[in-house]
Amino acid sequence: MKRAAFDEIWGHGGPQASGPELEALARWMRETPERELGRRLQSAEATFRQLGITFAVYGETEAAERIIPFDVVPRAFLADEWERLSRGLIQRVEAINAFLNDIYGERRILKENILPPELIWGNPQFRSEVVGIRPPHDVWAHICGIDLVRTGPDEFWVLEDNARTPSGVSYMLENREAMIRLCPELFRQMRIAPVDSYPDLLLETMRSVSPNGCVRNPVCVVLTPGHFNSAYYEHSFLADSMGIELVEAADLLVDDDVVYMQTIAGRVKVDVIYRRIDDDFLDPLVFRPDSMLGVPGIMAAYRAGNVTLINAPGNGIADDKAIYSYMPEIVRFYSGGEPLLPNVETWRCREPQALKYVLDNLDQLVVKLVDGSGGYGMLVGPTASRAEIEAFRAALVAEPHRYIAQPTLALSTVPTMTDKGLSPRHVDFRPFVLTGSGGVKVVPGGLTRVALREGSLVVNSSQGGGTKDSFVLLPDTPAPAGSKQQQSQGGMPQTQGEG
Amino acid sequence: MAMLSRTAASLYWLGRYVERADFIARLVEATVRLDALSARPAGDAAWASALSVTYTEDAFAETGLSVTQADVARFLTCDRSHPGSILWCLDVARNNAKAVRTALTRDAFSAINRAWLQFNTPTAGDEPAEVLGLVEGIKAETRGFEGAVHRMMKNEATWFIQLGAAIERADNTARLIDVKYHLLLPEGEKVGGVVDRDQWTTILQTVSAVTAYRWLYNEGLRPSLVIELLLSRGEVPRSLAACVAETVEMLNLLGKRAGLQGEADRMARTRLARMQKTRADEVIVSGLHEYLNAFIRENAMLDAAIARQFRFI
Amino acid sequence: MRIEVEHHSRYRFTEPQARVVQLLRMFPDDTDNQTVVAWRIDVDCDARLRESRDGYGNLTRMLYAEGPLETIGITISGEVLLSDNPRRLEGADEPLPPAFYLRTTPLSAADAAMTAFAQEAAGSGDDQVRTARIVEALHGRFTIERRRGDGVLPAAEAFAGERASPRDLAQMLVACVRVIGLPARYVSGYSLGGCARRERPAPHGWAEVYLDGQGWQMLDPTVGGAPGLDYVRVAAALDSAGAAPISGTRIGHGDEELDVDVAVGLLGRER
Repeated sequence: MKRAAFDEIWGHGGPQASGPELEALARWMRETPERELGRRLQSAEATFRQLGITFAVYGETEAAERIIPFDVVPRAFLADEWERLSRGLIQRVEAINAFLNDIYGERRILKENILPPELIWGNPQFRSEVVGIRPPHDVWAHICGIDLVRTGPDEFWVLEDNARTPSGVSYMLENREAMIRLCPELFRQMRIAPVDSYPDLLLETMRSVSPNGCVRNPVCVVLTPGHFNSAYYEHSFLADSMGIELVEAADLLVDDDVVYMQTIAGRVKVDVIYRRIDDDFLDPLVFRPDSMLGVPGIMAAYRAGNVTLINAPGNGIADDKAIYSYMPEIVRFYSGGEPLLPNVETWRCREPQALKYVLDNLDQLVVKLVDGSGGYGMLVGPTASRAEIEAFRAALVAEPHRYIAQPTLALSTVPTMTDKGLSPRHVDFRPFVLTGSGGVKVVPGGLTRVALREGSLVVNSSQGGGTKDSFVLLPDTPAPAGSKQQQSQGGMPQTQGEG
Repeated sequence: MAMLSRTAASLYWLGRYVERADFIARLVEATVRLDALSARPAGDAAWASALSVTYTEDAFAETGLSVTQADVARFLTCDRSHPGSILWCLDVARNNAKAVRTALTRDAFSAINRAWLQFNTPTAGDEPAEVLGLVEGIKAETRGFEGAVHRMMKNEATWFIQLGAAIERADNTARLIDVKYHLLLPEGEKVGGVVDRDQWTTILQTVSAVTAYRWLYNEGLRPSLVIELLLSRGEVPRSLAACVAETVEMLNLLGKRAGLQGEADRMARTRLARMQKTRADEVIVSGLHEYLNAFIRENAMLDAAIARQFRFI
Repeated sequence: MRIEVEHHSRYRFTEPQARVVQLLRMFPDDTDNQTVVAWRIDVDCDARLRESRDGYGNLTRMLYAEGPLETIGITISGEVLLSDNPRRLEGADEPLPPAFYLRTTPLSAADAAMTAFAQEAAGSGDDQVRTARIVEALHGRFTIERRRGDGVLPAAEAFAGERASPRDLAQMLVACVRVIGLPARYVSGYSLGGCARRERPAPHGWAEVYLDGQGWQMLDPTVGGAPGLDYVRVAAALDSAGAAPISGTRIGHGDEELDVDVAVGLLGRER
């Protein structure tokens, strides 16, 4: 018997909430007519299209600009859930930064035999071009997106780390804007942590890691591959909301190991670059010589310590799928404690015993390419056809080192508007974690992706996924007796906690 | 902080292309009207001149289509294959707008995006009413864009858009007068017939100056007055005098902000000084065609000087 | 042994360039095998030069020149004192472990034909013997074009031909040695080749192979057997591109043409 997945609002039942904290949300779903929800959904999508919040699907023509479907029912984290999650995220991101600093520096983790060295030396994500560079303030992964899935009330798992150029934060902010406009009543009925401080926090992070010699106000920019890039909306959105320039490679030049941007009044020195260009395309003198997107000399400026690149080049070695399975060891090694957020159990097919297990259980497992992304090169055993399974079997036998496998998790669901009304759909979650010179911060929110097809576990936007707003509920701060705030809250009687 | 050169270039071209799309829309609208009033083959001649005004005779000839309202109207509106169509202008304008969207307000960007979306799902057929409906929609969006630009903060971004629009408008108006005047006044012929009257009205409509003409001149349509209006009446926004003055004004504002002036400022000021001494009747006597051609060439040189001065490359 | 080197590079552009930015790997470092007595770089236009070291440990300079430039000439001249045993590299800056040099790159990748060739040539035995056999086999297989000045071919492409430049041979050797599971790298530098003075249209190229217990060994497939004592080591990398004397970018239209003259001379033995 297959048990239904855990629903984050309804628990295993519905339409009542699983607990008192979420009852307001469950009631809102019961009481708002579905026709009204549908109307709001359409209104949100019309706005997104008008604002041009679109993404391009690779392989389709330019006219195929799509918006990512938006769902009007939010998911919600309780204050104490979020508190525990945050601690786990901070621990993990601190470990990622420590690992990068170590692997491009002293390599203690190899000397102490925590990782097999061939995993590093043979890995194209370990960049010799970065060896010997210390980024300003020793921060490598300034902006991390940690992909999580949930299988029960207290069961969160890390599915993937994104320490290169994680995207999606604009959806966190735009979805919240849409929710405030479309469902203002929810924000009166629930106390929801705001996310709109993210741009300020990001700018603060950028400024905090400006190069050491930079005395005046650091000049920060966002570097985009250009408006044909699928994430261009996000690039412009971030630059705009931070009030800094959005530059393309052609706007930048390097002279005497210093980066400048070309303005109508001449050159202006640039100190901190949030680059949304992959390492390969950053500098044609150092990485791919055929890159048209890059800035010749930018790596020399970086190596000389004259500019900060966010995130640091070379970070791919920390979020590589082959490294992922060692993350618990990595977290233990650098934090000295047990990982607060567990990994999903992972079989490394490069290991013969693991390979045997995977081949014997292909119809139960999710198999992934170590160097794949975006949901491509992936087998979901339980829903795959016979032919798909056999194709993967052949690929696994031919090149086992390119694959890992994981159990098919019963991903949690959240009620979602469908053609047939509200119905549970599987979700994942990407919170955003910022690291500056002063430490690590987690923004109370994130990107919830939802698989819109019934039963589907693939949430990628390129494969029919949508997004939802992600509420983080504020803790119940007992207001002083007799305060006006208490009177104005009204509604349900509230039991006060002890102490 | 001074603006990025690329941003400046995109804003400038955004201004030019929105203006061009608007101009073509007006031209098509006025030509539909003229065509309705004229007997064949005068109607076809009207469409031929529309091609000439938009520098697209050669491109149209290559299509092998005949000069009829249906084909020319479609060619000037929905044909993406050449730079003289509204759709092409909107494509480029939208790409420029996307490249600089941080410099635009949401309103301004949405107006361009809406115009583009509208044209990318055109339902219109070939009937005059449908062409007019499409064109009317574009005019509304470009007006919306201009309004949004006017509501933007008065800074380099708006000035570059307006500078681009002024340079483009100058070229459009000069070309319109040149082509139409040639067409309407074959050498030695007298003016004043009924068809002529419609033709001259078409010109005024294309530059939305019908009302202005009535306000400024208390008499019926006279070609020399129309020429004067379009050449030297600064009160009319699409006159050459107004475009030339606006160019100087925008360059002035930009120069003050950046703290430097250059070749483009000098050229634009010299042109303004000359323009202020120009009398339409003298121009007509000494050769309007030569005058307009020289104006168009000088306008192109000024465009190049602007690109150099603000490092557009 | 004391060796002098003069290396001229001149780029000519068909149209003036607005800017030129180059990464130069033309600077030998002191090791136990070589001591750089004097080394200078001259650029024939206004340019800024910035010293650094790349991820492989090679000394580098960035060159920044403002246009309009129709031509740019770079001259390297210097003297290096060589020890009596340059075949085993010691005292070099090694930021990466030998295991890193097992990686392959598009330029140094062996195709099926090369893989078969390398395995057959190597046969069995200890690593030193096997690599020596590969060197001999490569040397014997190709007609060597010492005077060719154009770029280095990808290993697999070079292997398909009958003629190869010394630098092509070096790239192929790197690819073949990795096939048998040993770390190898491409080295760019200068050699006299037993003459008192020689002139060439390109710097020389050879390979280094890491043997357990013996460290990085120098191998020159152009010579075939044991290399001489007259090698000035300048830069080493996974492939020829990573060790190329000049990597450049320019802003401007048109094509470019590169002329290179390298002269190496013997200055006399030390006492």
